[in-house]
Amino acid sequence: MMKKITSRREFLKKMAATSAMTAAAALFPGIVFAEEQIRNIRTSGNLEWKKAPCRFCGVGCGVLIGIENGKAVAVKGDPNSSVNKGLCCVKGYHQTICMYAKDRLTKPLVKKNGKYVETSMEEALDLVASKMKETIEKHGKDSVAMYTSGQSTIPEGYVASKFMKGAIGTNNLDCNARLCMASAVTGFLTTFGADEPMGCYEDIDHADVFITWGNNMAEMHPVLFSRMLDQRLKRGATIIDFATRTTRSSMASDRSILFNPQTDLAVANAIAYEIINNGWVNNQFIKEHCNFSKGLINIGYGTEDKFKFKDEPTKIDFEQYKEFLNDYSPEKVSELSGVSIKDIKYLAAIYGDPNKKVVSFWCMGMNQHTRGTWINNLVYNIHLLTGKISQPGNGPFSLTGQPSACGTAREVGTFTHKLPHGVVMNKKHREHAAKIWKVPVERIPSKPTYHATEMFRALDRGDIKFIWTQVTNPMVSLPKVGRYTEGAKKEDRFIVVSDVFPTPTTDVADVILPAAWHIEKNGMFGNSERRTQYWDKMVDPPGEAMPDAWQTIEVARRMGYGELFPYSKEKHEEEIYNEYRQHHEGKKHNMAPLEVLKAQSGAMWPFVDGKETKWRYNVKYDPACDNGKNFHFYGKKDGKAIIWQRPYEAPAESPDEEYPFWLNTGRVIEHWHTGSMTRRIPVLHQAMPHSYVELHPDDAEKYSISNGQKVKVISRRGTTILPASVNERGLPTKGQVFVPFFDENMMINDVTLDAFCPISKEPDYKKCAVKIEKV
Amino acid sequence: MPIKSYLAHPCDGKYQQLLSDLSNITGCDIIPSENEEIAIVVTDTKDEFEDQKLQVKINSIKSLKMLSMVSGFDTNQQ
Repeated sequence: MMKKITSRREFLKKMAATSAMTAAAALFPGIVFAEEQIRNIRTSGNLEWKKAPCRFCGVGCGVLIGIENGKAVAVKGDPNSSVNKGLCCVKGYHQTICMYAKDRLTKPLVKKNGKYVETSMEEALDLVASKMKETIEKHGKDSVAMYTSGQSTIPEGYVASKFMKGAIGTNNLDCNARLCMASAVTGFLTTFGADEPMGCYEDIDHADVFITWGNNMAEMHPVLFSRMLDQRLKRGATIIDFATRTTRSSMASDRSILFNPQTDLAVANAIAYEIINNGWVNNQFIKEHCNFSKGLINIGYGTEDKFKFKDEPTKIDFEQYKEFLNDYSPEKVSELSGVSIKDIKYLAAIYGDPNKKVVSFWCMGMNQHTRGTWINNLVYNIHLLTGKISQPGNGPFSLTGQPSACGTAREVGTFTHKLPHGVVMNKKHREHAAKIWKVPVERIPSKPTYHATEMFRALDRGDIKFIWTQVTNPMVSLPKVGRYTEGAKKEDRFIVVSDVFPTPTTDVADVILPAAWHIEKNGMFGNSERRTQYWDKMVDPPGEAMPDAWQTIEVARRMGYGELFPYSKEKHEEEIYNEYRQHHEGKKHNMAPLEVLKAQSGAMWPFVDGKETKWRYNVKYDPACDNGKNFHFYGKKDGKAIIWQRPYEAPAESPDEEYPFWLNTGRVIEHWHTGSMTRRIPVLHQAMPHSYVELHPDDAEKYSISNGQKVKVISRRGTTILPASVNERGLPTKGQVFVPFFDENMMINDVTLDAFCPISKEPDYKKCAVKIEKV
Repeated sequence: MPIKSYLAHPCDGKYQQLLSDLSNITGCDIIPSENEEIAIVVTDTKDEFEDQKLQVKINSIKSLKMLSMVSGFDTNQQ
């Protein structure tokens, strides 16, 4: 079958085969292929392979990039990466192609008399610094803002935080991770007092059952889903998809259970009810490791400007919690949720079975939710009640969407309320940051200012006059985006956008700074399992494109903060990381040294005594546990996690006579977020050239709509027109439509609602009311 | 001119059928495992359009349970 190597093409085929054999060996230890075939495979050539985490999604697959003559020409899964074990998805494989797109931004552009004019980077950075300084002098330091990203590298996020909070002295820094996992953060903090999952991807190798809560992993986290399918093939593990829409994940799962939008809150409580009433509670675990609390109810939706909310936790006891759950028997919840009594009991029995190891996975379905914090709490409740947590194969696992939503947004802390270690509201945390940053502690304000949605409302109102966005495309991704696009265009606003490509966000910019892409700079990302991964710069950025971190440093120096940014251009990423590590020193969050990250495919924190921590809070695995018990939830002062009493509350907007459909938005496997990169990769663009509106066949028939026909989707905010999709990739329930948000030409976020979870401030992109018209 | 490699998983009891079905498709090299029910598939096509067509053809094989992409090369990228 394998011929003698006669050409470069033959050689590449053998390289591809070798990669697959290596991946197979990682998935099936001891696997044997015909010896003759293996002998014929060469493993080296002119290509130089360099490791990096993938640029797309929060899974954080290790990839090897093939560099030839100064260009990236190939990508393969890294068999040495414990994340993906050599596997790679369709986006990962094609990622480097976008770097060579013809419309790449290579020169700074400044808007003059309504037209963009090329300028030098020096002049552009001078202008940004002078405008920022001038705005502060005229309107105060809270009139300037930065909006960054869960795709920013760790050094990029760190210098943005130091610049805004430590140098200028404003908390006007937030990031697009507010739109994707802020509810996961507040869920973790309210329940455990510490952010990020306790487990790791190795849980997949141990679990008997995977329950995915509103999470289409087959398209959004395809490599992890492949690993789950592999465990089903090998060990008979079961996958249950619990969702509001039938997706590829539902079709590949053993069981698909659908629920009505927002009623996951009620179903989670019904599962807890069943666990308690069937005697499946792990009483010893509860007694030793849990407290019970309740918070405020009827907490609002944040649709009005300057919305404020602060929860008021009150301690309760187990009996009060049990009584509260009486409103959530399967019989009572079934009608509201659309989930049969039998299915609710089935789910509860899985969690309640002491002989079954269960991992719950979720991502945007639970996080982009007007009660996002609550539903995160409620799934933790289930795992805490049964003691199925912090053990191999047992645990709740909140996945992230972006490659460094954890590493940069959450750990570096590019949110208004965050510092690299802790929060601005805490005096000790401010002192800790000020000491490392070498700034007076008084310079760091103690009050958070604007979260993402409110930041762009403030821009519209004029409270913010200057905003600098990096590595993100808010004029496509914000909910109810029409208001914010118009706000950004107002006369006395100054918008700076650092990006790799032109986007609807660069369209509203006064200055566009061309940025270096992923492998055109050194960097680090942190993925969903607390794994920090480093990569070396592999190729030069085109033209005057520059790493975002260096852009920030250059502007900070021009504004007179040079002494706080003493880094060298060549090694700034390394110097910044070494400074950043100091914020997290200690057994609870120590980051691996850079040498370790350079030598291997990442390391999970806490990295203590040369070892990563796979399962936090479990004394067997986590050296930070010191309470003398088997588990120690050390994020809370008394070492106990909280089981929260949280009710079902209706969404901000539900279908009615005038707007009879739910609108659910999301992603597709071919495209990354707003499509600014993947739509420039021809194979991905051809595979999914435009967005669509998915309809239930009965609804399509009722409106006489067939596949491909144009449909206008209308809400109280705006409209967009898309081709219909019926019985194709996904199947929404009757009375629901689904639209992917990657397509800037069919802007579904003109239609969505900017309601958010009052605790996390994360918008709900999954539920609002629309009507449809055949065009 | 894409070259890609995949791991092909068969439906229960259909491994030999899968190998047979794959071997009937032009543009695929197959490397069967000797001791696990999994095969490596290497595809070689002249352009992305052909590659897409081939993928559709492979994915339509009834004995195929799952196809996971591992790596790929595009010799036009240089």
